[in-house]
Amino acid sequence: MPSHDVLVIGAGLAGQRAALAAAEEGASVGILSKVHPVRSHSNAAQGGINAALNPEDSWESHAFDTVKGSDYLGDQDAIEVMCREAPDEILTLEHLGVTFHRNEEGRLGTRAFGGASAARTYYVADITGQAILHVLYEQLMRHDEVYRYEEYFTTKLVLDDDGHAAGCVARQMRDGTMELFAAKTVILACGGNGQIYNPTTNALICTGDGIAMAYRAGAPLMDMEMVQYHPTTLAGNGLLITEGARGEGAHLYNAQGERFMEKYAPNKMELASRDVVSRAEQTEIDEGRGFPDGTVALDITQVPRKRIHEALREIVNVGRDFAGVDITREPIHIKPGNHYTMGGVKTDKDGHTGVPGLYAAGEVACVSVHGGNRLGANSLLDTLVFGRRSGKDAAAHARNHRMPEPPHSHVSDEEATLSELVGRDRDGRRVSEIRADLGKVMDEHVAVFRDEDGLLEAAQTVQRLKEEAKTVAIDDKGTIFNQDLFGAIELGFMLDNAECVIVGALERKESRGAQFRTDHPERDDDEWLKHIDLTLDGDRPNVTYSEVTLTRWEPEERKY
Amino acid sequence: MTETYTLKIRRYDPESGSAAYWEEFGVDLPPERSVLDGILQARDRQDGSIAIRCSCQAAICGSCGVRINGKSRLACNTKIGLAAEAAPNGAIVVEPMGNMPVLKDLIVDMDAVHWKKVQRVVPWLLPEGDPPEREYIVDPESMIDVTQAMACIHCGVCVSACLSMEVDPDFIGPAALAKAYRFVGDPRDAHAEDRLLDLAEDPHGIYDCTHCFACVEVCPKDVAPMNQIMRLRRRATGDYGIKDANNGYGHEKAFTDLIHKYGWLSEAQLLPKSYGDGSLIRAQLKPAAVRELAAKFPTIVRGLASGKVSPKTALIHHKLRDQDEIRRIYDEVESKDDRLELNLYIIGEDGSEEGEAAGSGGGAEEGAMAEGGQES
Repeated sequence: MPSHDVLVIGAGLAGQRAALAAAEEGASVGILSKVHPVRSHSNAAQGGINAALNPEDSWESHAFDTVKGSDYLGDQDAIEVMCREAPDEILTLEHLGVTFHRNEEGRLGTRAFGGASAARTYYVADITGQAILHVLYEQLMRHDEVYRYEEYFTTKLVLDDDGHAAGCVARQMRDGTMELFAAKTVILACGGNGQIYNPTTNALICTGDGIAMAYRAGAPLMDMEMVQYHPTTLAGNGLLITEGARGEGAHLYNAQGERFMEKYAPNKMELASRDVVSRAEQTEIDEGRGFPDGTVALDITQVPRKRIHEALREIVNVGRDFAGVDITREPIHIKPGNHYTMGGVKTDKDGHTGVPGLYAAGEVACVSVHGGNRLGANSLLDTLVFGRRSGKDAAAHARNHRMPEPPHSHVSDEEATLSELVGRDRDGRRVSEIRADLGKVMDEHVAVFRDEDGLLEAAQTVQRLKEEAKTVAIDDKGTIFNQDLFGAIELGFMLDNAECVIVGALERKESRGAQFRTDHPERDDDEWLKHIDLTLDGDRPNVTYSEVTLTRWEPEERKY
Repeated sequence: MTETYTLKIRRYDPESGSAAYWEEFGVDLPPERSVLDGILQARDRQDGSIAIRCSCQAAICGSCGVRINGKSRLACNTKIGLAAEAAPNGAIVVEPMGNMPVLKDLIVDMDAVHWKKVQRVVPWLLPEGDPPEREYIVDPESMIDVTQAMACIHCGVCVSACLSMEVDPDFIGPAALAKAYRFVGDPRDAHAEDRLLDLAEDPHGIYDCTHCFACVEVCPKDVAPMNQIMRLRRRATGDYGIKDANNGYGHEKAFTDLIHKYGWLSEAQLLPKSYGDGSLIRAQLKPAAVRELAAKFPTIVRGLASGKVSPKTALIHHKLRDQDEIRRIYDEVESKDDRLELNLYIIGEDGSEEGEAAGSGGGAEEGAMAEGGQES
């Protein structure tokens, strides 16, 4: 049985950063991922990473922008930690080899980003996430004390009799063998749940596995209703156009040629917070001022072509390959699209979840630094700062613990469940059919604008889909790369995620950040300046509340 | 508008005990959707056992490298309508990538080939001494320059298409060598010379590339791996004067010298000049060169016997009529102060430098961040 002091599940930025930090502390580390680490969705973060590194900038300013961006739902102690530690994290990455953009003096250069009061976004063209992910993977290749389990699909977390994390069960995708991993500590770093929506900017792997596994293991989830819609995604397939485009000076127009952000955010215009810009676009579209394909236009043509080629090259390709548009010459049609999971497994500043020995970092977690709305270029920062802190804390925690010896029954139980699934008669619906229904109902009723009727309808649909999932049928009867089987397991994870999002959205009877209830259109600090925590009770989430931590910024009206 | 397409997929199930076979699937999609969308539709609606790695569907994660109508590509950024137009008999042929063992259907073993080769080039930064308190201060262009190699998503499409690797499976190959350039071109790395020496002396290294452009043509991210290999060669010879034991350097010099002199290649002179660092006389003084030349003798005889070459065409080489034009190109290139680099991050798609001057860095950005409206 493979055993490690620290077992990391997920190998995107949060997971790799946690693994490196734990290894630096001398822990024996294993890192599992259902895809090769460089395939992780951290790749898709194009625009950059925020840090108040300039002498003229301050971490307090970065923190205030984040607090305001979160619509005051972010925990200010955690936000302070993230913004204080951001500059060091950037420098660490730079020293490891990230090819950050330089200014004329050869120092780190910045670009502007939404919701920020200073240009503090550090970047590598528009492949920032990819560049950082690949540089961290270089370090994993260099340090063989971090043991990599690539293409291992984790199916469940294992706890010991005292309820302390003790490892996990995973299936080696390549040959189908089931393995039990023993670990003194487990760090979840498996990303968000964007695939419960369709369309989404998220990759097919973003199925909320970690959120669901933690929930099933008894860890509370938090603020699951907070789902970010990104203002600039392609209409047909949900592909992302980086906020960096607006950061470089691109404008938004409706079908009548009006630069409509003047009405919604006269000061920050296109660079207001994402929830604000997405709502503005959706309002224009809903009120008939969009294009016939349900979009508005993003115009990048006034950015000099030379600058586009050096700084926005990836979206030139996206426009050309996926929309047939040369963005250097004509506007591109975009609309708000599902993008980011602000909620997740409830953690503190060091990644501790409600289950001892279980940590969470990155999009899977809800610290919460993003509250009701995440600022652009804060997600990479979140993964790195809290990945590192979790890895470090987990390594220390492991020093005082004996290696658990989880019984083999964990594997045989899982094996039995999966064999039943593989051997099942083909009477039920296909995974893809249920998944399509789920994506549709979430995008219809749990999107930019929500109300009770829609949410109740969505809740009903998800309950029906959960029933159908119990008899879901798959075609592949093999053991090698049985992707059909993984799809069925992911479907179960996704339905748990969707149920929690809807329960949270129904519960929060106000409008804050990404949650806009047309039947409760105002923010209500007296009643709702609090987190919504969800814990599995039987087979339903039980709702409780927890305080939002305020340190130095009292809630005030939010204008851009 | 939706159309019906036929996908002809190469299937292989290692558990069946049977050989690989072809299977056709009909799918309905608008022509601008991708071949990956087609494969996923076939999997979702007809046969859930079709295996393909895929994730982002946006040409960022690098999972879905395959061969479509014989050409190595990402399935997600290949439009199904265009693929159908190029398809023989209307059926879009989808096979696993080449040069790597197939594990199941369209899934190949990247670890056994690609990642092993990446590991070979010491793929991490090796700076000198402790890092500075703040960032390393480097030329801004140098960071943009290596960004082209950083843009590699390790999809393996160039590895699949590499003709040199087909002949020499040990060739380090386009992707891993592009990764090597990312360090050699990075001013923070203190081991450029060691890296270049290592890659030049390795018989499967930078001089094992035959300059066929296949990797440049297929790369979905415009990394132009072959260009990165050529830049490694130029740095090795031009900056560090590395003369490798495999005579890669000599061969390249002989090649360029001959074109300069005649405008076309004189095969009879190429070999001896290659072994003599570009000089016929030095070649005769080197025992190794004489041995190598003697070993090539049967090939020469075969060429003469088959009439492919005659002694006259082989030995008496005439110049091109407009040889001066060729020389003018040499003069033009050699008169530049800076080495000419083909880098799309710097010069743009059509190669024309447009808009502002190169340094739109610091100042322009600070301008662009002014609050709200940025109309200038």
